[in-house]
Amino acid sequence: MNNAVAPTIEYGTLAPMLLVFGAAVIGVLVEAFAPHYVRKAIHVPLTLLSLAGAFALVIVQIVQGAVPTAPVAMGAVAVDGPALFIWGVILVLSFVCVLLINDEGHFVASAAAVPGSADEEEAEAAGVTHTEVYPLALFAVGGMLLFPASHDLLTMFVGLEVMSLPLYLLCGLARRRRLLSQEASMKYFLLGAFSSAFFLYGTAMIYGYAGTVSFTGINESLATGSLLDPLLLIGFALLGVGLLFKIGAAPFQAWKPDVYQGAPTPVTALMASGTLVAAVGALLRVFWVALGNLDWNWRPVIWAVAALTMLVGAIVAITQTDIKRMLAYSSIAHAGFLLIGVLATFDKAQENAKSLSAILFYLLVYSITTVGAFAVVTMVRDPGGEAGHLSRWAGLGKRSPLLAGVFAFFLLAFAGIPLTSGFFGKYAVFAAALSSGAERGDSLGGWMTGLVVLGVVASAVAAFFYVRVIVLMFFSEPAADGPSIAVPSMGTVAVIAVSLLVTVGVGLFPQPMLDLANQAASSLFVR
Amino acid sequence: MESPVEIVQHTTGGMIGASWLMIAFPLLGAAILLVLGRMTNRWGHLLGVAMSLASFVVAVLAFLELIGLPAEQRRQAVHLYEFIPGMVDMGLLVDPLSISFCLLITGVGSLIHIYSIGYMSHDPDRRRFFSYLNLFVSAMLLLVLADNYVGLFIGWEGVGLASYLLIGFWYFKPSAAVAAKKAFVVNRVGDLGLLVGMFVIITTFHTLTFSDLGKAIAANPPSGGAVTAIGLLLLLGACGKSAQLPLQSWLLDAMEGPTPVSALIHAATMVTAGVYLVVRSGAFFFPEGSPQALAVAIVGAATLLAGAIIGTAKDDIKKGLAGSTMSQIGYMMLGAAFGPVGYTFAIGHLITHGFFKADLFLGAGSVMHGMNDEVDMRKYGGLRKAMPITFATFFIGYLAIIGFPMLSGYFTKDGIIETAIEHNQVLGWLAVLGAGVTGFYMSRMVFMTFFGQKRWADDAHPHESPLVMTVPLMVLSLGALVLGAYLVLSNRLYEFLTPAVGAAEEAPHFAFTSVPGLATLALVAIGAAFAWYKYGRAEVPSVQPRGSFLTTFARRDLYGDALNESLFMRPGQWLTRIAVYFDNRGVDGLVNGLAAGIGGSSGRLRRLQTGFARTYALSILFGAALLAGALLLVGNI
Repeated sequence: MNNAVAPTIEYGTLAPMLLVFGAAVIGVLVEAFAPHYVRKAIHVPLTLLSLAGAFALVIVQIVQGAVPTAPVAMGAVAVDGPALFIWGVILVLSFVCVLLINDEGHFVASAAAVPGSADEEEAEAAGVTHTEVYPLALFAVGGMLLFPASHDLLTMFVGLEVMSLPLYLLCGLARRRRLLSQEASMKYFLLGAFSSAFFLYGTAMIYGYAGTVSFTGINESLATGSLLDPLLLIGFALLGVGLLFKIGAAPFQAWKPDVYQGAPTPVTALMASGTLVAAVGALLRVFWVALGNLDWNWRPVIWAVAALTMLVGAIVAITQTDIKRMLAYSSIAHAGFLLIGVLATFDKAQENAKSLSAILFYLLVYSITTVGAFAVVTMVRDPGGEAGHLSRWAGLGKRSPLLAGVFAFFLLAFAGIPLTSGFFGKYAVFAAALSSGAERGDSLGGWMTGLVVLGVVASAVAAFFYVRVIVLMFFSEPAADGPSIAVPSMGTVAVIAVSLLVTVGVGLFPQPMLDLANQAASSLFVR
Repeated sequence: MESPVEIVQHTTGGMIGASWLMIAFPLLGAAILLVLGRMTNRWGHLLGVAMSLASFVVAVLAFLELIGLPAEQRRQAVHLYEFIPGMVDMGLLVDPLSISFCLLITGVGSLIHIYSIGYMSHDPDRRRFFSYLNLFVSAMLLLVLADNYVGLFIGWEGVGLASYLLIGFWYFKPSAAVAAKKAFVVNRVGDLGLLVGMFVIITTFHTLTFSDLGKAIAANPPSGGAVTAIGLLLLLGACGKSAQLPLQSWLLDAMEGPTPVSALIHAATMVTAGVYLVVRSGAFFFPEGSPQALAVAIVGAATLLAGAIIGTAKDDIKKGLAGSTMSQIGYMMLGAAFGPVGYTFAIGHLITHGFFKADLFLGAGSVMHGMNDEVDMRKYGGLRKAMPITFATFFIGYLAIIGFPMLSGYFTKDGIIETAIEHNQVLGWLAVLGAGVTGFYMSRMVFMTFFGQKRWADDAHPHESPLVMTVPLMVLSLGALVLGAYLVLSNRLYEFLTPAVGAAEEAPHFAFTSVPGLATLALVAIGAAFAWYKYGRAEVPSVQPRGSFLTTFARRDLYGDALNESLFMRPGQWLTRIAVYFDNRGVDGLVNGLAAGIGGSSGRLRRLQTGFARTYALSILFGAALLAGALLLVGNI
């Protein structure tokens, strides 16, 4: 009989994540004990400082170069080069998203009140606000940090849920168009729970096959065991469903437009950037670390998913009439591009860190631009809230050339036009995919080339709807009662400025960021 | 023939070292006026004038410093910065040739700036006008000061841009917009010649810097073919900028620009850039007696006649002067074909022409200013009493251009003619004939404008222009009076220019009683008398008569436009139409079909997004089943 042993926890290594969770817990205590009129004054600095502090801790670890070569916390968490890079990106993104959240007017006064009821009016008149959004956001961010860094399936599931549950809530808190927001929240919760169940079921089956949930253990048993065991294959398929759902790959993309549209825009920005980065990181870790030996089996399947995702995202976006829905489909298309990178990464030449760094770079530039774009969306307003319908954006370039110009620049970055960061992101991923295909030299190499061609075609289709918005903004007559441009808060200005700076800066001088991604990727994932 | 003296690298400061200020001042002025925009409306024109005058002061000081040096050190290269690493160092070359241009550009340019204060006083866009003028002065100075072809080309394009902007200054007039576009397009042809010429130079000699070119050619004399090709290409560039045949057609239309622009850019300075290019490249690429030098002479002679003939038939005073400009630049080109003596007279004529033609143009502007912008000389007549100062200055300019003895044009034009006859009898006598035609059309212009009956429009109340306009006229006419004698007698200009363009075997000497000179005077007198008979004595109809086919020929600019249209424009338009047809039917058909297909599938796919969570869940379920099935299938293949 074994005696219980106290687990060893490497607090230093895990400090960034622990700081975020700690701040979230303090936030809950503030909600419980502080009077409502001081809560916001405590929450805002607490949240921002904890995120900034966590980011500083990540930087310290990168600079020290003390990247652990083995999983920490009893093999539950892997803080390796890619994980640190992803953490850094997520922390920056969440910091700027919190600046957006901090802006007035996005969140409902009293979520429990029936929309349009006397209760709601009363709450609004009393100036009540939901300060819970800050600890909720912190918990979500903590989950995002844990999700891509976990080193066994159970920890990963916990990370997934810690990340998702606060987001379900946050989605339902929009101040305007509350029914849409509540519907989005409900849908997201139902479908998220559904997909989590798939993930959990897959975990159980993999456990049945390997006898362990640790990635190292799964990898070892794959090296010796049968690769045709239905338990393994079905288990993997179910795990895949859970992960692909989170990044919004087809055919698991249906929730994205509805949720992105309904959620308060700052929350959408957080989901479209932070969640995507975390989910891609987790996907990489599961496929690469745990199931790398299985790649001959899943490669064709993911190939098909990537192709379908790019095409569905790009094609359906064309007929969208709502700006947030359009950006949601654009996000689906970009998930497809990222999957190309995932396929390239899983080349057997595992020392080939190039494709891994390409994905990391792509994640960084795409997510920053996304936050900037949603920040612009928050500023274009109708009397009833944000001006979602695209027709309301007509002629924006005439009335507010600066804002429209910035937005146009973000759209061009999405489309991957040279001199924007998006160009180098796409270029890096496509080039990595092509070279991994060429190195193989077998039939799969040809398939990779085909996928890249498909990716380029999808980019061309996507460019159409991005440019269409630019044409609408600059070459159409403005509507007589067009939307007003909200006077932005300092936070929103800062968010847009940072996004623009990164998008332009990386577009002109990509090398420093590429070096950073290369350095992060060079240590690869720990096993 | 002796080659020019070697270029000395200038190391010390002084005004020559600071000659870049000449370019910088007007450039700064243009930048301030364009960037600050409407804020500068009230004082913008004064800033423009000040910047131009500042350049003039720098030019004068640099000139004084240069003539203080011994002759063999009068070519000073000022290094500025490395432009294209390993290929082109940007630098300026201050030598007698460039400094002559600088004085002309900044001096006449400043006078025209001042004149424009009055001329443009009623224009709401006066500030924009001055910013373009400043831009022009800056670019023109870069053109003549650069010590390499790249810098020259940048200035070349800069003046082209300024010319385009200023011709189209009243862009709301369709004729002005079209004229600007025409000037732009025609100049592209010439500029391409210059550009390709530069390509050939750099592949042949591996340098574009004037000083290195001299050394490269001396060390390794190239084959004749390459040099001929370079010469002809540079000539094409010169033809475009200087409105020489066959690229002359844009200049007449360019008169749509405000009159000071016509005076500064399309008479005194920019259009002479071609002459500068030929003279500057003369020692390298246009040796005496070479085929390309002959080509220069033929182009010059043909243009001087064509321009003069066009001038005889124009009723628009500015177009008449434009034809005359073409013709006079033709003389300069002709002179520039014949080595150092020819260069001297070409540059001399360029300088005197800069004065008397600016004088004539500004005089014409002054007349228009007093006549409600009327340009048709048939609506003038008898204006000498209404505008005495304008008349007097215009008359001096007139005497200078027809070569009345002892006035400026007499010395420089006669010098060109004598040099030409010495080298090539046929072309030289054609130039004599041209002088006779000049006597006719210029006299016609003076008689129709200032003499005879009043044929004014009913609402015309001619009056003398304000002093801000007439004082520049007086200064310019003073130049038209005496400058020629000063430059040519006792060979002052020749000796000054020798370090830059080389020395001839025999220094020129001006003969007052040579056969060609007397023949020229006789023909000019006949031309003037004939003009008096037709337009001075007789009554001028205020509506243009039909005229013989010869008159029509001249009125239609010798069918230059018709030729261009039938040879280039229509085939070009057909080509674009064919391309558009294929684009519409072939390419667009495919593309639109594809787009429609994608749009259609987008609409169909969109319907799958029902908004029901149950449908989404079902699709996840199906997806999971597909994924699992596919994995099992792939695994078992």
